[in-house]
Amino acid sequence: MAWKWHAPLEGKGLTFSILTALAILVGGMIELIPPYFLQGTIDPIPGVQPYTALELEGRDIYIREGCVNCHSQMIRPFKTETDRYGQYTLPGEGVYERPFLYGSRRTGPDLSRVGGKYPNSWHWIHFRNPREIEPRSNMPPYEFLSRSELDLSLTQRKLEVLASLGHPYTEAQIEGAVADASAQAAQVAAALEADGQKLGELERRSETIALIAYLQRLGRDLAQSPPAVASAGAAQ
Amino acid sequence: MRPIHTNAVIFGFTLGTVFAGSYYGLQRLCRVRMFSDTLSRINLWLWNAIIVAAAVSLMLGKTTSKEYAELEWPIDVAITVVWVVYAVNFFGTLARRREKGMYVAIWFWIATILTIALLHIFNSLERPISWMKSYSIYAGLHDANIQWWYGHNAVGFLLTTPILGLMYYFLPKQINRPIYSHRLSIVHFWSLIFIYMWAGPHHLIYSPLPDWAQTLGMTFSVMLILPSWGGMLNGLLTMRGAWDRVRTDPILKMMAVGITFYGMSTFEGPMMAVRTVNSLSHFTNWTIGHVHSGALGWVALVCFASLYYMIPRLWHTKLYSVRLAEVHFWTATLGLVIYVTSMWISGVTQGLMWRAVNADGSLTYTFIETVAAIRVYDVIRAVGGAVFLSGVFVMIYNVAKTIQQGSAAVPAGALPPGAVPVAGGR
Repeated sequence: MAWKWHAPLEGKGLTFSILTALAILVGGMIELIPPYFLQGTIDPIPGVQPYTALELEGRDIYIREGCVNCHSQMIRPFKTETDRYGQYTLPGEGVYERPFLYGSRRTGPDLSRVGGKYPNSWHWIHFRNPREIEPRSNMPPYEFLSRSELDLSLTQRKLEVLASLGHPYTEAQIEGAVADASAQAAQVAAALEADGQKLGELERRSETIALIAYLQRLGRDLAQSPPAVASAGAAQ
Repeated sequence: MRPIHTNAVIFGFTLGTVFAGSYYGLQRLCRVRMFSDTLSRINLWLWNAIIVAAAVSLMLGKTTSKEYAELEWPIDVAITVVWVVYAVNFFGTLARRREKGMYVAIWFWIATILTIALLHIFNSLERPISWMKSYSIYAGLHDANIQWWYGHNAVGFLLTTPILGLMYYFLPKQINRPIYSHRLSIVHFWSLIFIYMWAGPHHLIYSPLPDWAQTLGMTFSVMLILPSWGGMLNGLLTMRGAWDRVRTDPILKMMAVGITFYGMSTFEGPMMAVRTVNSLSHFTNWTIGHVHSGALGWVALVCFASLYYMIPRLWHTKLYSVRLAEVHFWTATLGLVIYVTSMWISGVTQGLMWRAVNADGSLTYTFIETVAAIRVYDVIRAVGGAVFLSGVFVMIYNVAKTIQQGSAAVPAGALPPGAVPVAGGR
């Protein structure tokens, strides 16, 4: 009953394995390699800049706390999505996203354009307890981040590595990474205090500050320089 | 929590069972002992150490955030070592086999070993910052493209092909009949492994990925129905004429329901990959429901069946209680149905509410209203999950009792020729 041509193959482990390897390679090669060379998927959009040192640390806290499990950062090109969240996601936006944070599930809303949507103090209260802002929210409180001091010991190294991967950080930015991050953190803290929040010494240097700096950056680059060219590109 | 859950289920439970089942099946199909007992032991202990390391590091927030590839680079390196150990042991055994032909279960395990090696290495390329922090060498869209090539095929080659291997070995053994069609095995094996690798972009529909790649992903996902159903039919038709035994045999019950769920979720998946459906289902609980109908329905039930088959034989005894296995089957099936149904309703509700508009074109619901609307389904889901889990505890008790009453482990390998399963049509 067996097909005759296949029977010898079943006796040859090596040949069988080589053919299997070939069969699994084709699809990936065709789908993965060309996008690397296509216009529109690799060009940064004018105005899209790499994260500052503090925002980068905030992003790493976002990753560490698993925010991506519940919040997407990928807006699809439907009217109901752009009405709710803003400009749909463009290919050139992601050039400084390592790793990407599109997410796959929206237990909470999309965050890719959340920057500037709320004041810093909104985020400060919301991280302390989301239900102070929205009683029906199912997001856990992240108050502990405000009691955890921001660790800047790897910041300079992070910028160095990213620069070697092609992010356009200058020597001065890399050398001054820690000072820059502290200065920006002080700004965020000052803005919070101006807004009526009372911050302790530790809270001013806490991880929440970095996370707020990151969230306030999301989507801002595009808002400041609308992508006239890019929207005609690969994403329809 | 979510990465710990997914890693524990995929790499802890499923892959653990696959290692055991493939070691068990391979030695009998090749009529030779494993190539190296030392390698087998390294595989066992290092793998379990990795699972512990994974749980601890994820709880500490050490994650790359790439789904099913969250573990940081030192653990990735250790996984590579285990995989090489497993591959050497597997192919070494294969090379020394005393049975000329390789049975179809072995093909699926070969495909698993090769593909997972490829996927794991390319998706995990990253630049270390410190011991537990790294940045992906890919950025943005490319990272997403690689990730979902990995992510989708991890489903294909960790949760499908090795489980098909288990099905092809343990189902004919338990039922004592050959596989329905060897020709169907050939056709569906080659088409499945070829087509699977194209389907990744269906996770990125309506993303910035170029349209042609999205369309390829969608098209090949739809094509996947055929080889998947080839496997389902080959499994179910093997049971032809033996359905009366399903009434009394919990192992066959699990196989039958498992294979049926395989058929259902491999129909649902391609449908969800179609743009129109995906626009509704993406980002919702529907996806979670789909994954669980595959993971709980297909993967877990076939794994349970394999364990119920292997363990009494490994300890030279009979299963402590067939009745408890029956109880396990029914709790698992009931829990599964409750879980999956609640997630379907929940997901469709979310999707419809997100896109609902008023007559003037404005959005009908705020996001928080959609959160409140699905709360009740989350409770039902939790009940379903708890029922399913209670069955697992029943199994653990049953297995522990079985091992207790069995004699000490006797090395496998030198078995009488009659122990080789009947391979179809040869």
